Amino acid sequence: MKTESKRAEWFRNLWDNGGMVILFGALFVFASLTVNNFLTQTNLIYSLGLSVTTTGIVSCGMLLCLAAGDFDLSVGSVAAFAGMLTAVLLDRMGGSILAVPICLLACSCIGLFNGIIIASFGINALITTLATMQIVRGLAYLLHDGNSLGIGSEVFASLGTHSFLGLPVPIWTFILCVAAFGFLLHMTVFGRNALAIGGNREAARLAGIPTVRTKIAIFTLQSFLAGLAGVVSAAQQQLGDPKGMVGLELRVISACVLGGVSLTGGIGSIHHVIVGVLIMGTVQNIMDLKSVPTFYQYLISGAILLAAVLLDRLKRRSVA
Amino acid sequence: MSAPFLEFEGIGKSFPGVRALDAISFGVGAGTVHALIGENGAGKSTLLKILSGAYRADEGLIRLGGKERNFRNTYEAIAGGIAIIHQELQLVDNLSVADNLFLGHLPHRFGCIRRGTLAREAERLLRWVGEEINPRARLGSLPIGQRQIVEIARALSYDAKVLAFDEPTSSLSGREVARLFAVIRQLRDEGRVILYVSHRMEEIFELCGAVTVFRDGKHIETFPQLETVTKKDLVRLMVGREVGGLIAPIGTQPHGGVALDVSDVMGPGIARPVTLSVRGGEIVGLFGLVGAGRTEALKLIYGATKRRSGRVQANGRPIATSTPTASLRRGLAWCPEDRKAEGIVPMASVQDNINLGVRHRFSPLGFVIDPRRERRNAKAAVERFRIRIAGLSQSIENLSGGNQQKAILGRVLSHKVGVLLLDEPTRGIDIGAKEEIYGIIRDLAKGGAAVLFASSEIPEVLGLSDRVYVMREGVLVGELTRENATADALLELALPQSESAS
Repeated sequence: MKTESKRAEWFRNLWDNGGMVILFGALFVFASLTVNNFLTQTNLIYSLGLSVTTTGIVSCGMLLCLAAGDFDLSVGSVAAFAGMLTAVLLDRMGGSILAVPICLLACSCIGLFNGIIIASFGINALITTLATMQIVRGLAYLLHDGNSLGIGSEVFASLGTHSFLGLPVPIWTFILCVAAFGFLLHMTVFGRNALAIGGNREAARLAGIPTVRTKIAIFTLQSFLAGLAGVVSAAQQQLGDPKGMVGLELRVISACVLGGVSLTGGIGSIHHVIVGVLIMGTVQNIMDLKSVPTFYQYLISGAILLAAVLLDRLKRRSVA
Repeated sequence: MSAPFLEFEGIGKSFPGVRALDAISFGVGAGTVHALIGENGAGKSTLLKILSGAYRADEGLIRLGGKERNFRNTYEAIAGGIAIIHQELQLVDNLSVADNLFLGHLPHRFGCIRRGTLAREAERLLRWVGEEINPRARLGSLPIGQRQIVEIARALSYDAKVLAFDEPTSSLSGREVARLFAVIRQLRDEGRVILYVSHRMEEIFELCGAVTVFRDGKHIETFPQLETVTKKDLVRLMVGREVGGLIAPIGTQPHGGVALDVSDVMGPGIARPVTLSVRGGEIVGLFGLVGAGRTEALKLIYGATKRRSGRVQANGRPIATSTPTASLRRGLAWCPEDRKAEGIVPMASVQDNINLGVRHRFSPLGFVIDPRRERRNAKAAVERFRIRIAGLSQSIENLSGGNQQKAILGRVLSHKVGVLLLDEPTRGIDIGAKEEIYGIIRDLAKGGAAVLFASSEIPEVLGLSDRVYVMREGVLVGELTRENATADALLELALPQSESAS
């Protein structure tokens, strides 16, 4: 460290903090130059942009979860449940938009339940959310006998299709979530406490941080966001589908880790989420444009995730 | 006694900010049980870890039978004939005794385990240590004492020449201890080198023939003939005997009203309810040997562990729930002994660590962070306690022990603190920083704070305290005023009764 010149240190800092940002920039430029139809307004907004909103919205909450050293596997089920519940409520309530807040409240309650089990009873987050993942998926099926349900309400559908200042509402929702959760993590006592809990739970507790309350709040927010993503997605498809959103939890965790959030807690920043989500979305988009067969897409996505975490490990080893 | 079979020569090891071992040189002969004693953090475990290849020494060398051996990893050490029997056994509960004995080197042919050989060899080893154990029994079904014998037999399966026992009796019954000692004596008579780490003086005098005392990572003294020393001498060497000099005594100052009032507090690690009090402006020591319950008592008072019963009052008001949050709200703060596990968030910056659990106090609505005030608070602590850092955003991990301790003090004192509990405030801290910490503690008391600090170092206790409480085996056994507090008086109270006689 001491022998390192100023310039080398500057590069190291850039690489440590912005390595993934640079990689994304490179990927973007590469795609713009070599992939036809990539750098078009339609592709960037409607294909790339809309495809990342669901993962992106949920990732904002997962960032908090991971920062505090936990994760939540139930988000996919909660999102599907939210879509179904909204569809059913809209159907029963004659299209009243009140269905949305009711649904988000219900989803938050699921998160509250998760949080209480994990934080107050000290049950492993993996097991707890694995259980609620199945329970909530079951609930989603039960809502309409296992069938999907179309949504007729035009007011509601406009949530998915309407544009504002040139961007569709789902993208705005994502941007708002990024802003809100970035603020929450970096600029509030709550966010800093979450990071401290992930960094050293015992030290955080002994320093007087209300660890139980903080964790419950994190899981509640996480399910709220999963519900929000489910509602937005239902509005886009004008459909509630109990079979949807399978594997969302893994895509979300992948995106966060890809961006640089630590799986073991204590390290995380909102720019990690943005970059992770965008890299994943861009790769997907390029593969779609290049008509890469779906089966190969799985291989490539997996390989990229593995490469990213290996890179991260190398980076950390060189610092230590 | 034969020439030393195992020799340490100038062994040194540093961790970030701590000199864990410094120029350790001594020899251990075969045919005797050699005790290693010292307080927590004195360096015994680090030395064993170096011997076993778990750590590598920064400097120095180890000689085995005259040949220089520095093990690069645990496999090399095992192959070289070193076996460490740890406090927590390194065995698999769900495997059979025989499988455990040959864990890592099961007899096999073409990849298939040779059941017959395994059973025969297992029986031979168990007979060797003279224990009636069914090799087919599931290890987890055995009592802990027998499991330990299995661990020893496992070491013999490698034909270990050096066996190091790290507090092997801490969870054994009296009869099991006797069994264990019989086995250890047998190994000794076979001419193996036995290192024995323990805090129990009685055991050491019963079992061992030689002893080496460690303190603060340094080799204090080796007695090749244990008969030449008394228990009291050893304890005195362990806790430091140069009384005075280090800390200049200060004149007593008038104390205020009772600031900390603890009555009948009970909880894990304490054998009898603890009742004590500290007045404002008073510095009170809590002395005891390892395992006396100092740390546990402080943690119970702070609420770091839940109190089963008893009341704590700080600054005249009761603390209803036993949690750190409730204690801090009443102005009762605590600094841990184990800074790494309980004090700091390692990957976070110095600034973040200072503001940990404090920042809601100066954040608008207790929620939104005010970066300027965060910075100001951290900077104030850095300047007040002269914490030496490159910058506020430096990771706290790389600071020395003294600077980490000062950062934790800075955090804790960002609260409105009337009562401060300190657990071994200068452990793992070099001499210069120690004096700074003493200065900080004195200034706090001068400012009217009540200070209760736990320590196992006699010079520290005598030099700093206005009054001393002494603990022994989980019981608060006595109280000494500044006038009565002498090294002898402290030891008299702190040593287990059966031992203080010799």
